Amino acid sequence: MFFDALPGAISLGLIWGVMAIGVFITYKVLDFADLTVDGSICTGGAVCAVLMAAGVNAWLAVLVAVIAGALAGLVTGIFHTLLGIPAILSGILTQLILWSVNLKIMGQANTAVDSRGSYVIVTQLESGWAILIMFGFLAVIVGGLYWFFGTEAGCGIRATGNNPDMSRAQGINVNLNKIIGLMISNALVALAGALLAQYQGFADINMGRGAIVIGLAAVIIGEAIVTRISRNFAVQLAGVVLGGIIYYIVYQFVIWLELDTEYLKMFSAIVVAIFLAVPYWKKKYFYKFSKKRKYQSGGDINANGTHSSSGGDNPDSDVANMAESSPQGGQGNV
Amino acid sequence: MSEKVILDLKDICKTFNRGSVNEKVALKNLSLTVNEGDFITVIGGNGAGKSTLMNAICGTFPVDSGRIILGGADVTRLPEYKRAKYLGRVFQDPMMGTSPNMEIEENLALAYRRGKVRSLMPGITRKEREFYREQLSRLGLGLENRMTAKVGLLSGGQRQSLTLLMATLKKPELLLLDEHTAALDPKTAAKVLGFTEEIAAENNLTTVMITHNMMDAIRCGNRLIMMQEGRVIYDVCGEEKKALKVEDLLQRFRESGGEINDRMVLS
Repeated sequence: MFFDALPGAISLGLIWGVMAIGVFITYKVLDFADLTVDGSICTGGAVCAVLMAAGVNAWLAVLVAVIAGALAGLVTGIFHTLLGIPAILSGILTQLILWSVNLKIMGQANTAVDSRGSYVIVTQLESGWAILIMFGFLAVIVGGLYWFFGTEAGCGIRATGNNPDMSRAQGINVNLNKIIGLMISNALVALAGALLAQYQGFADINMGRGAIVIGLAAVIIGEAIVTRISRNFAVQLAGVVLGGIIYYIVYQFVIWLELDTEYLKMFSAIVVAIFLAVPYWKKKYFYKFSKKRKYQSGGDINANGTHSSSGGDNPDSDVANMAESSPQGGQGNV
Repeated sequence: MSEKVILDLKDICKTFNRGSVNEKVALKNLSLTVNEGDFITVIGGNGAGKSTLMNAICGTFPVDSGRIILGGADVTRLPEYKRAKYLGRVFQDPMMGTSPNMEIEENLALAYRRGKVRSLMPGITRKEREFYREQLSRLGLGLENRMTAKVGLLSGGQRQSLTLLMATLKKPELLLLDEHTAALDPKTAAKVLGFTEEIAAENNLTTVMITHNMMDAIRCGNRLIMMQEGRVIYDVCGEEKKALKVEDLLQRFRESGGEINDRMVLS
């Protein structure tokens, strides 16, 4: 029974993996906690479902959904950079705007996708196929992002998230980069929404509720698994997808145990909270210890105390530290 | 030396928190001309406006009035990232000038593209790597063998040396150093300062260096300015500057009503 549901869980995990990669880009690369995603995943689903209901080809519908998602990211970016609204609030504002927009797009609270009568890219009726197709999607996405974040423009975005002061001093347009990052992220999230709508056969106004937590859970689980293996950017992204799959397998397991699934979001949130707290607490109590040893090596200009101020008890710096990812080697041979 | 003017500040004014109890006049009708090849050391007490001057040149904030001509162009209204093409900068905080989660060579590659449109070309090429390795080896810190290490793993002195290299990798019109050795221990500070002088002399860089160390201020460069309450109160160059002693500077300082603190005298 549990194993019967496994293909479904894996394909759902892969679809949410796309979404989690979007979260990874804002949260880890840009150091920007973007809550737009709760709205933009639904926007993606709504746009795709409505277009398909009107007879538009599934691929074209997905493409339009992706553009819609990028526009949602643009709105958040403008709120944050041009209007100076704090990151989290910018995302919440766009999310709220999208709630109305999504309702207007669909004209009702949900829209069905005819996955039997018309061509769909992925459907739960054939989850085996869905898994295969999703692997294809993810290979293209991971490959594309790996390439992009190794380019001059991509390096600029990574620097922006990592150290905005330095970036400005090196002539990087920090605001523009934040906007681009948000657009890429939300385009991916909307892609996940569009695929999800096709997969489950409908788009629903509530389909994005708590999406950010699922995305973060996938990012965190993936990181816990992959960090020890490799710091390669592509591997990190693959880890995020793996995190999404694990999340949905656990989800399936909970259903199989016949536990009350209404608690699931609460559990997800608590798990994410714990995982976010662990590195902070670890640093607070074991920091001096572990860091000191690490810095004893190095050139003949030695650590001189300035180090201890670099991390310490700032929870934000931890977020930055977790984004240890980079396209390895910068691809000199591309 | 009556050559090209690199930086021309005309009547710069800047007041922070205008109209509030915390109002602070940071720059008061400050004018300053920096010629090509000048190495200027800037001294002054806390709150004299040294860092504000630096940040005004960089464009960290807009000035209230006045004009900033940099490399022949009026940059008064240009945002910080656009002015970066003229400027190399090293901050006081060693953590500020580098990107900790990126590799040493990636940081250098970012700096090497300062002032250039960042395209979809590779962020770093093999040819550049050789160049970076060469440049890093000059620091004598062994960083040339750790080019793919994350910068966050380096010590403050190493990071500051790297920042200095990044600031000068692509020759800037003007090199700005904001107490860049202040956060380092004396031995490291001396080393970084030595490298600063070496690199400035070699590339004939026009440099403005803020320091709190009067000895350094006298020893380094060809021109010294002293700031007090948002303006330049003393500007000396050439032989006259070489002949200066710390006592002379302290004397000047007292005459202008400045407060002398231990940091200025002892360090």
